Amino acid sequence: MTSRSPLARAGLMLAVFAAMSFCVGPFVFQAITSLTPDRDIARTGLPSTLTLDHYASALAGRPFMHVVQNSIVVSSVVTVVSLAIAAPAAFAIVKLRVRGKRLLLAAALAISMFPPIATVSPLYLALRRAGLLDSLLGLTIPYTTFALPLALWILTGFFQDIPDDLYLAARIDGCSMFSAFRKVLLPLAMPGIATAAILTFIFAYNEFLYALTFLSSPDKRTIPVAISLFAGEHTEPWGDIAAASIISTLPLVVVAVTFQRKIVRALTAGAVKG
Amino acid sequence: MRRDETLASVRLERLQKTFRGTRVLAGIDLTIEDGEFVTFVGPSGSGKSTLMNIMAGLEEPTHGRVWIDGTDVTNETPKNRGVAMVFQSYALYPHMTVRKNLAFPLEIAKMNAREIEARVVETANRLGIGALLERKPKELSGGQRQRVALGRALVRRPRLCLFDEPLSNLDAALRTQMRGELKKLHEDLKATFIYVTHDQAEAMTLSDRVVVLNAGVIEQVASPRDLYCNPKNLFVARFVGSPQINIATPETFGLCAPAEALSLAGQSVLAAVRPENVRALHHCPRPNAANAANAIEGRVYIVEPMGGETWVTIDMIGDVGTTRITARAEADFAARSGSRVWLDIDESRVLWFNAKTHERV
Repeated sequence: MTSRSPLARAGLMLAVFAAMSFCVGPFVFQAITSLTPDRDIARTGLPSTLTLDHYASALAGRPFMHVVQNSIVVSSVVTVVSLAIAAPAAFAIVKLRVRGKRLLLAAALAISMFPPIATVSPLYLALRRAGLLDSLLGLTIPYTTFALPLALWILTGFFQDIPDDLYLAARIDGCSMFSAFRKVLLPLAMPGIATAAILTFIFAYNEFLYALTFLSSPDKRTIPVAISLFAGEHTEPWGDIAAASIISTLPLVVVAVTFQRKIVRALTAGAVKG
Repeated sequence: MRRDETLASVRLERLQKTFRGTRVLAGIDLTIEDGEFVTFVGPSGSGKSTLMNIMAGLEEPTHGRVWIDGTDVTNETPKNRGVAMVFQSYALYPHMTVRKNLAFPLEIAKMNAREIEARVVETANRLGIGALLERKPKELSGGQRQRVALGRALVRRPRLCLFDEPLSNLDAALRTQMRGELKKLHEDLKATFIYVTHDQAEAMTLSDRVVVLNAGVIEQVASPRDLYCNPKNLFVARFVGSPQINIATPETFGLCAPAEALSLAGQSVLAAVRPENVRALHHCPRPNAANAANAIEGRVYIVEPMGGETWVTIDMIGDVGTTRITARAEADFAARSGSRVWLDIDESRVLWFNAKTHERV
């Protein structure tokens, strides 16, 4: 491992640095912008002084914390509901004899392939008829229909990796189908649950088109919509936008770090064979 | 509870199983008595694992019924059958310690915590895994995992315990040791043990009775000794015994088929003789006797010294081609490949089979 030539090591470091810059660069740039006084923003290079004014102005005079709260509530509800449905569904598809399981999975995939723009008009009409326009509940329902197939596909893969014999052993040991799922398979599928939770949460947190279309009151907005509306007709408050972006990244970081610890590989090691 | 106190008998009635048009079991009828150790043996694809899963309640038969202790359990869940099972893969719960693995079936049965603890400790000590209770399965060796799997089945004090090739993932030495321990456990526990294996040596050493399965039908049910000495057909004769039984035309062995065998089989018979009833010799055994014809010769193919004796594989060159047979020789027997040897066959031990139907004559 340490036997690489210095040149190869340098090359590797360079590649790692390049990849890191590509991923983290925009975030760093945003962070710097959020701390740069307005007069320096148009310039290239680092700012001469740092300021927290943008954070103050992003929060003051706008219901921004309320918006962050909306996003967290919507994303959490979507995540919980999607997983509560997708986990038992994936278990049943993989471990039980279900007729038409391939069709079900193919249909789920097809649904998640729909471009949102193609469904936005019919959904708008449907939500208006249901009286759910301009409500967070009205946003949660279409989000769940998109997140559910994603969660189902991720979890199906994870349940497939759990040996069938573990389910059968649980049945022999006296479990019903559901208690075998809850006591044996679900704990073993935790890495999959965590992965699906992170991805579902991020999807709902980032979604823009539906949120923009279905919500109209400023206090119902979610983060992407609220930030996009920071810009006025004649003003482009880049500093405020950057500050708001940084603030709204924090809940995502918390979610990712919380669930990432659950993503332990080889959790099923030792289950079968010698 | 009555269930814990009595042993279980099992009756299989005209069991059939079809998977997507393929018939895996084609009508199995069998009664297994209280406290018996019965082994199902057969090549892969013979339906033995399917049969076990049907008895356990993990699969439903396409036709036929399963009775345990006189109760029809065909449509019962595994839970209501009170059957324990040891899986080939062990199927230990990887997220639980050994203690939790052993306690799991008792917790599901809602037994009180003190009783669970007592049973877990008792079972663990019986199997020599008392010191491993706090470990996770991944921290155990193959042999230790096997014992935990066994413990999880026995901790319930089942009336009926099913074993699906439980030893096949162990190395040879450990397998032989565990085989002995299983037999001892059966004697101590006095439960009904049903065992599936493709290893005829396990079937022979462990069982009260062996059921030989082939392509979804029972070929023969008999005690190990009976199966070995009186196989009903060529399949059973070939399957049981190691090295395999020698099968050839009577002429190859220098034998004349008995008249009654010929009349029953319509002139066409095959002779089968176990390797231990064929002796390989360096010289013609009866050079001057009248029946010198049955002292026949062949060419050595390979010589395998086993320590206590030596197995010699010999090519018999006949009119219709070469037949390869295995013979027993003294421990110090040595010969080069290709050298001439003579065979001395114990005629009283020769089994006769109909060459067309493969049934015993």
